[in-house]
Amino acid sequence: MSDWIEVGLVSDIPQLGARVINTEKGDIAIFRTASDKIFALRDKCPHKGGPLSQGIIHGEKVTCPLHNWNLSLDSGTAVAPDEGCAASYPVKIDGDKISLSLVPNEGCPENA
Amino acid sequence: MKEKLVVIGNGMAGIRAVEELLKLAPEQYDITVFGAEPYGNYNRIMLSPVLAGEKTIDEIMLNDEQWYSDNSITLHKGKTVVDIDRTQRKVIADDGTTETYDRLLLSTGSNPFIIPIPGNDLDGVISFRDIHDVDKMVDTAKQHKHAVVIGGGLLGLEAANGLMQQGMSVTVVHLMDTLMERQLDPAAAGMLKKSLEERGMHFLMGAQTEAIIGKDRVEKVHLKDGTEIYADLVVMAVGIRPNTELAEKVGIHCERGVVVNDTLQTYDPRVYALGECVQHRGDTYGLVAPLFEMAKVCANHLAHHGIARYEGSVTSTKLKVTGIDLFSAGDFTGDDTTDELVFQDVASGVYRKLIVKDNRIQGAVMYGDTIDGTWYFDLMRDETDISDMRSTILFGQAHLGDSGHGDDNRVAAMSDTAEICGCNGVCKGDIVKAITEKKLFTLDDVRAHTKASSSCGSCTGLVEALLSHTVGGDYSVAPHLKPICGCTEKTHDETREAIKKLELKTVHDVFKVLDWKNEDGCAKCRPAVNYYLVCEWPAEQSDDNQSRFINERVHANIQKDGTYSVIPRMWGGETNPSELRAIADVADKFNVPQIHVTGGQRIDLLGVKKEDLPAVWGDLSKAGFVSGHAYGKALRTVKTCVGQEWCRFGTQNSTQMGIDLEKMTWGSWMPHKFKLAVSGCPRNCAEATIKDFGVVCVDSGYELHVGGNGGIKVRATDFLCAVKTPDEVKEYCAAFIQIYREEAHYLERTAPWIERVGLSYVKEKIVDDVENRKTLAERFLFSQKYMQDDPWKARAEGTDKHEFTPLKKIG
Repeated sequence: MSDWIEVGLVSDIPQLGARVINTEKGDIAIFRTASDKIFALRDKCPHKGGPLSQGIIHGEKVTCPLHNWNLSLDSGTAVAPDEGCAASYPVKIDGDKISLSLVPNEGCPENA
Repeated sequence: MKEKLVVIGNGMAGIRAVEELLKLAPEQYDITVFGAEPYGNYNRIMLSPVLAGEKTIDEIMLNDEQWYSDNSITLHKGKTVVDIDRTQRKVIADDGTTETYDRLLLSTGSNPFIIPIPGNDLDGVISFRDIHDVDKMVDTAKQHKHAVVIGGGLLGLEAANGLMQQGMSVTVVHLMDTLMERQLDPAAAGMLKKSLEERGMHFLMGAQTEAIIGKDRVEKVHLKDGTEIYADLVVMAVGIRPNTELAEKVGIHCERGVVVNDTLQTYDPRVYALGECVQHRGDTYGLVAPLFEMAKVCANHLAHHGIARYEGSVTSTKLKVTGIDLFSAGDFTGDDTTDELVFQDVASGVYRKLIVKDNRIQGAVMYGDTIDGTWYFDLMRDETDISDMRSTILFGQAHLGDSGHGDDNRVAAMSDTAEICGCNGVCKGDIVKAITEKKLFTLDDVRAHTKASSSCGSCTGLVEALLSHTVGGDYSVAPHLKPICGCTEKTHDETREAIKKLELKTVHDVFKVLDWKNEDGCAKCRPAVNYYLVCEWPAEQSDDNQSRFINERVHANIQKDGTYSVIPRMWGGETNPSELRAIADVADKFNVPQIHVTGGQRIDLLGVKKEDLPAVWGDLSKAGFVSGHAYGKALRTVKTCVGQEWCRFGTQNSTQMGIDLEKMTWGSWMPHKFKLAVSGCPRNCAEATIKDFGVVCVDSGYELHVGGNGGIKVRATDFLCAVKTPDEVKEYCAAFIQIYREEAHYLERTAPWIERVGLSYVKEKIVDDVENRKTLAERFLFSQKYMQDDPWKARAEGTDKHEFTPLKKIG
């Protein structure tokens, strides 16, 4: 079972922006889309480890700041033709409050 | 119920259209394909390398049978469609198979032309068109020795070369006096002939074949002048004819080919046609690039999108004979109204000719080194005015200091481990593998899959050359006007025009009003549009932080380990003990791991943690520093020498001039980074002639130079004009920056911009037109009122705090 951890407020993150959660296993990026959906991915591009939290967000995708890979915010998978993924984490919104689980969603291992 | 699409012809054009259609509307049709050959779809252009033994049939297969079943396509291979019932909407094949259709696509290709002479049906007389012909040639070569190829055009020479590789002795019989007369002028054709003769090929020029003689199989070729040549194999390669047989039989209007309109529909609107079988606006095409353009348009209409039109293609040709580089495009003969620019070095086997009319390239022929072929082709297609580069254009685009791949331009000769793309570390082998395995046909595909040429772009020519060597033909055809990105059809210029005219003030307004496909755009268009807004509406709060790249968002350069570098501004490269002390204190206080002196006469603090940035800036700000904008598409440095104050050669106070220019220009956002320099004398110690705007002081005043670049492609500046006073320097500088800000495309530096618009244009706008220069300078200074606000100070005081602190720390 996942343990939910409160990490902050939706309003703490700019629209089409991201913030970082420091964890013992490395950073997790929390993204906010234009329609206020929240997603969480390991803050590490599968290509060369670029910090995804620093990328440009559009639709439900983020473009890595280092070499412009596009990753789906939902699954963490790279958009074709690139191949790879960043682990994604469950998030829960309660009013303005964001909670995060540190147990990644299935589909992409944390050390991918 | 799905609609039914039947495709007649299992070749490159038809299947390309199906592939495009599957991308657009995968569920719309039940698709059936008829192919007369007993294979899947293969790359016909690559038959020459197969014949030459350089590739196998498997390597040139584009779609194997698995592909058809994976995509639920019914493939009737080895079946020839013999009739179409257009009222009942069904097609009938030679074995009796019938299929009904809602839409029909004809891609029946072309047939080789067989010369009507006695003996043309003897065993051993073949054409060069499909796998069957290649098999036959390879078999014959095993048992026989002598081959005659009739036709000295592209196809004939490729066949002759292949047969030679297979060990045969080959004579080419050509009706005309020069080879490839439809693509080459006599000079290039002569060089080609010489080179092929050195390889052992024989030629009979101006020779007309009268008969082919033999009992059961071919024995001799008889020419009109009485000559007889011994032959075990005769290959007829004198041209192709669109295959219109079926279309004509069922009453679809044909002339030389099946006549189609701009949406690739025949006179029966349910019946589409494309590829070598069609005639569009009076032209027929035998090269692959136009076929692929047609396939895109055709698929668009089959998918009921109905927005694309095919408007004809400009094509270029390359010969696929290993070791011979040859390029031809457009009108290469010219007439009374055209000029010729020629470069010829027979000894080293290099020849280049451009046909120019009104300073626009009409055609090009190249032999030997053809790496610049695509560049000339682009200039020709875009109808670029070349008046400013007439004296250097023949030396090519890559003639001067092109960094990254040395001067190695012969891709065919490179080893697989040779690095093509120096930015992304992509080798020839990687690219070739991606092209063959992933079936890539366009430069954009290769960029997407391999990243080669996707960063600085200096290896684009090499990647294009690799593409054509690997898959054949020329694939560089692109639309005349390039949209900003995949989110829109709008070009950079159209977008800017609309921002101005419709008074659009936010990124999302632009996307909405101009019908962007994605609501938020993408990482390519959003920063561009944001810049255009900032440039157009400086006084309004149009700047959107989330549309900026990270470096500009946090006002520091992200390094590969996720830390940042901090470069404070040092006006004109001048500093003093207290500034240096302040920098040293900051470095100590924040444990800055490395300090580096930059090429732009400033000091770089490397390895600063993101959380520390605001505090670092706060300390620097207190010491009087402002941001150096070393991270932005903005005014970077103004490099100076010490000038007449100290130097015995100095003619003016170059340091002060530099400081004044930097005070005037700092903080301005640009399409790309922008560098200035002021040298105190023509010895030019500040390297002003490789800057975007360079000033060289002379005794009588100041020489102004523009459009230099010391980066990927070294480009020395163009001389703009000479002025007398410091005020004039400032006015020209402001005006030049502003016209560049307003007219260059985002991410286009001054060097390529000037090459695009021409120095004459820039001179006309800011040297000749005094009024315009003054207005431009005023607009720049107006904009500067809002830009010269130090972003570091603001952030040290708390602006955008969220950018620099984690949301939470867990554990």
